[in-house]
Amino acid sequence: MTDAIVEHPEAVQDDTQTGVRRRDFIEIAAVSFAGIGGIAVLFPLISQMAPSADVLAESTTELDISAIQPGQSVKAVFRKQPVFVRNLLPAEIAEAAAVDVSSLRDPQTLAERTKEGKENWLITMGVCTHLGCVPLGAGEGENKGEFGGYFCPCHGSHYDTAARIRKGPAPTNLLVPEYEFTSDTTVQIG
Amino acid sequence: MSFPWAQQYQPKSGFTRWIDEKLPLPRLVYNAVGAGYPVPRNLNYFWNFGVLAGFCLVLQIITGVVLAMHYAPNALVAFDSVEHIMRDVNWGWMLRYAHANGASFFFVVIYIHIFRGLFFSSYKAPREMIWLLGVVIFLLMMATAFMGYVLPWGQMSFWGAKVITGLFSAIPLVGEPLQIWLLGGFAPDNAALNRFFSLHFMMPFIIAGVVILHIWALHIPGSSNPTGVEIKDESDTIPFHPYYTAKDGFGLAVFLVLYTSFVFFLPNYLGHPDNYIPANPLSTPAHIVPEWYFWPFYAILRAFTQDFLFLPAKLMGVIAMFAAILVWFFLPWLDKSPVRSGLYRPLFRKFFWFGLIPTMGVLFYCGGAPAEEPYVMLSQIAALYYFAHFLIVLPIVSIIEKPKPLPHSITDAVLNHRTGADDAVPLSTTGERPTDSRPGPDDAGLYRPAGA
Repeated sequence: MTDAIVEHPEAVQDDTQTGVRRRDFIEIAAVSFAGIGGIAVLFPLISQMAPSADVLAESTTELDISAIQPGQSVKAVFRKQPVFVRNLLPAEIAEAAAVDVSSLRDPQTLAERTKEGKENWLITMGVCTHLGCVPLGAGEGENKGEFGGYFCPCHGSHYDTAARIRKGPAPTNLLVPEYEFTSDTTVQIG
Repeated sequence: MSFPWAQQYQPKSGFTRWIDEKLPLPRLVYNAVGAGYPVPRNLNYFWNFGVLAGFCLVLQIITGVVLAMHYAPNALVAFDSVEHIMRDVNWGWMLRYAHANGASFFFVVIYIHIFRGLFFSSYKAPREMIWLLGVVIFLLMMATAFMGYVLPWGQMSFWGAKVITGLFSAIPLVGEPLQIWLLGGFAPDNAALNRFFSLHFMMPFIIAGVVILHIWALHIPGSSNPTGVEIKDESDTIPFHPYYTAKDGFGLAVFLVLYTSFVFFLPNYLGHPDNYIPANPLSTPAHIVPEWYFWPFYAILRAFTQDFLFLPAKLMGVIAMFAAILVWFFLPWLDKSPVRSGLYRPLFRKFFWFGLIPTMGVLFYCGGAPAEEPYVMLSQIAALYYFAHFLIVLPIVSIIEKPKPLPHSITDAVLNHRTGADDAVPLSTTGERPTDSRPGPDDAGLYRPAGA
């Protein structure tokens, strides 16, 4: 700092009392500009790792459910992950409704997990909320667990007929994706 | 580098003199791993494992680079390209088995290296930085190994990627978006496979960089030794070359016998048969386990089964798993004993052999076992002791323990073959040698090379 003063005593008007020089401004401005520019470069570098347009384009799935009889369920694929579409039996609906909601780990009623007037259609992700395994129970003859819904073989999570977590390590119910009935027999997931 | 009696590099020909003036690389090597590096004369075979780890890193980089010439990081063809390497590429089967088993043996070596450091307290001043850099290397190795295991795109690759990236979803608020960002999608797919390949290729070179820092930090105080007594004079040391190059060479030969017997006779013993099934996002293998070298930490992850207050079990498991390694960063300050070597610490030694080592064994076994009783309960007990060992036992032992007397010097320990002298000096007394008739530097001169 003092060097600059000695070299250009007339050219630069300095406040020698505080050590503030007019040149300080240009130094701070230049370094800040370069710094902000450097940080701005990080944005595309970070953003490129987010899902690309083609991955996002697959984010809705349309499904024909006319062939699914009561008591049956199918595995569909939504965002490269399994989704369970289940046509519940009246007994299963009654079983789910009979549970005291406040006793559940993730309190939700069957009505909250289905669409109004379509309570028999239980649509959930087939991804265990513990560590992401695919639970059993959607296929013919698979183990449905102690509560008649789904059973995850990896770490033993049991889900009931509303796909709510009842026993085991999973923290929440099977996720209900966003979906809507586009007609009585087709459903659009996502 | 660090001792005044270190041999000096003498370029012999005009060419080496010319090189030494322009870029003294041979001098650097001479001082780092040659005759210019004085090393304690009493290192045992546990001190081979640093060099062995360096060998493993080079082995993995060489086999990895050639495998990358044949592998295709695309979810559609990745599995087939690995089979192409196994069946069609000349010597491809050998290169792949060498790389896969090389990873396992790298971890065998590094675990022995780490536990050598734990027993002989190699993390204590003045070597804290070496230890901290070593823990960084270990973390980088774990990340690299995990991403490498995803590349064959078999069932274990896919579900391993899903479960491990799923750990990040346990983080409150940002967890789910973070997982999607890491994978570049909603589940592991081509985007994830591509980036894992890119990072798996790049990270070994980062590791190599940190290894250079690790060795640099090592050369400032010099190597530790089994007595834990610092070097006092020239008689305590011998040049790294030829003495330890020869000893490490022998260790390397033994290592290679074990390693190649796995490569050629048990190439799939340490792997999982499920990984020879192509990745299927709709079907989970019945029993997902990581590679064996992650088992102790996987057991800690799964030991948390109950929510506690506002902390979900899953988040606590993830925190505990990372904390199990991060606690090593604090070891230099948790263990306050002035004595380094476990050989002179009777109480520490008991807790090491009957506490920490069996605990690691239990965690290792439970991490590979299914998540059911009694393994969950055993993991919980072992995880509890694991943290208690570092956070409670070590600090308390270092205060209440009465260490055995230390030898006067390394030379003294070697020549008298005794583990403690009656009139021994405490560790803090450095510099001056006792004036009795014990063998001194002159007697030890016999063992020095002629050129010293």
